[in-house]
Amino acid sequence: MSGHDHHHHGHDHGHEHDHGHDHEHPRLSDLQLRVKALESLLVEKGLVDPAALDVFVDTYETKVGPRNGAQVVAKAWTDPAFKQRLLEDPSTTIKSFGFEGRQGEHMVVVENTDTVHNLVVCTLCSCYPWPVLGLPPVWYKSAPYRSRAVNDPRGVLADFGTTLPDHVEIRVWDSTAEMRYLVLPQRPAGTESLSEEQLAELVTRNSMIGVETVAYPPRREAAE
Amino acid sequence: MNGAHDMGGMHGFGPVEDEPVVPIFHGEWEKKAFALTLACGGLGQWSIDEARYARERQPPAQYLDNTYYEQWLHGVETMLVEKGLITREELESGKAAGPGKVSALPADRVFKALQQGSPYLRDVSNAPRFAVGDTVRVLNFHPTGHTRAPRYLRGHVGTVVMHHGAHVFADTSATGDHDTAHHLYNVSFAAEELWGPQSQGGSVHADLWEPYLEPA
Repeated sequence: MSGHDHHHHGHDHGHEHDHGHDHEHPRLSDLQLRVKALESLLVEKGLVDPAALDVFVDTYETKVGPRNGAQVVAKAWTDPAFKQRLLEDPSTTIKSFGFEGRQGEHMVVVENTDTVHNLVVCTLCSCYPWPVLGLPPVWYKSAPYRSRAVNDPRGVLADFGTTLPDHVEIRVWDSTAEMRYLVLPQRPAGTESLSEEQLAELVTRNSMIGVETVAYPPRREAAE
Repeated sequence: MNGAHDMGGMHGFGPVEDEPVVPIFHGEWEKKAFALTLACGGLGQWSIDEARYARERQPPAQYLDNTYYEQWLHGVETMLVEKGLITREELESGKAAGPGKVSALPADRVFKALQQGSPYLRDVSNAPRFAVGDTVRVLNFHPTGHTRAPRYLRGHVGTVVMHHGAHVFADTSATGDHDTAHHLYNVSFAAEELWGPQSQGGSVHADLWEPYLEPA
C-alpha cells in the first residue's frame, strides 16, 4: 500500500472506477506470471488443491460481504432486546445469523449515538471483520487511511463527505489484536414505517466502518 | 519492529479515496494471491502473526511501494520457503524438485475451515494485572521483532475500558510459539494525550496485551 497506490491514483471514483486497472499497474505482467508460477508449483507439490482456490474467491465474492452486517444492524434497530444482546455478547449474537469464523472470531460492536461516533481502523495492517463485512476495500488497507484515521479522523470523514457536529466525540478503534470491530450506526430519521429488510438496504459498508452515517433516502447505492 | 507498516499518525500519504463495494478483486492475480495465501495458511504451518511479520520485514521502501496483495504474495512466498515447504530454487524456477511434505487443504473443507476460524482466547493461570478503570502506560520499548504495540501509543497513558480475557500473544506467536497467551485489554487514550494541542479531541482505543503495559 502506498501513497502512490497503483490501483487508485489519478482517477475519480465514479462509474469508470474500474476502467483501466489492468493497464495502470507497472508490474502487472510480472505479478501475473509470479502468481501463476507459484500456483503451478504448489499444485504440482500437492500443497494446494486448485479447486480450493476457487472456493476461497467465491466465498468472498458472492457469499460473505457487507449485506451480512447490514442484516445485523437492521435487526438491532428494530429489536431492542436483540440490540442489547448484540452489544453485550457480540460474538455469540452475530454467530446466531451464521456469520462467524475467520477474522471475526472475537467481535466487539460499538454504537453510534447523538454524542459519540465510532471509526474503525487497523493502523498496522488490514484487520477487518470479514464474517460481517467481507474483505476490506482498498482504501481501508491504504496508507492514507491507516496513517490519518487516528490523528485526523475528521479529515478522513471529510474525504467521505461526512461532517459531524463539533460536540460529537469521535472514538477511533485501532484493531491491534484479534478483536474485530463493527460500528452500529444510528438509524436515520423518517424510517419508522420501513421493514427490517428495507432498513438493511439502507446500511452501507462504509457506515459500518464509521466513515459515513446512514442516510434516508440513501445517498447512493447501499453496500452490495 | 519499527517498520513501514506502523503507519498511525504519519503524514503525507494524501486523501482517502472511496470505492464501490464491487469489484472485490482487481484482476485475476489478486484473486490468486488472496486464495493462495489462505490455502497455504490452511496447511497449518504458521500463525497469522508469523505471516504478518513476514510482510513487515520487507525493506520499508518496498513495503510502501507494494499494493496490498503484493504484501500478501511476498508474505506467503517467504513463509513457504522459511517453513521448508518449498525451496528458494523451486520458487524461482516454478518447478517442483519433489512432493510436498504436507497435504493440501481440500476444496470441500474450505468453507468449514473459514467458518471455524482460529480463536485466540486461551485459559491462563495468572489473574489479570489490570482492571477496567485502571490507568496504564504503554511501555517505551522498541522490539526488533513483531509487536502489535503501535509506535504512536508507546509512552502514553490511557484507561483500561475492557478486559478481553487472555489471547495468544502476537509477539511470541510471530516467533513460532503459538501457545503463550497474556491478558488483553482495550485501552482508551485521550486524543490530546497522543497528539497534543493539535488534536481534534475524542479518543483512540487499542487492544494491548499485558506485557505492553505498566501501571501509571
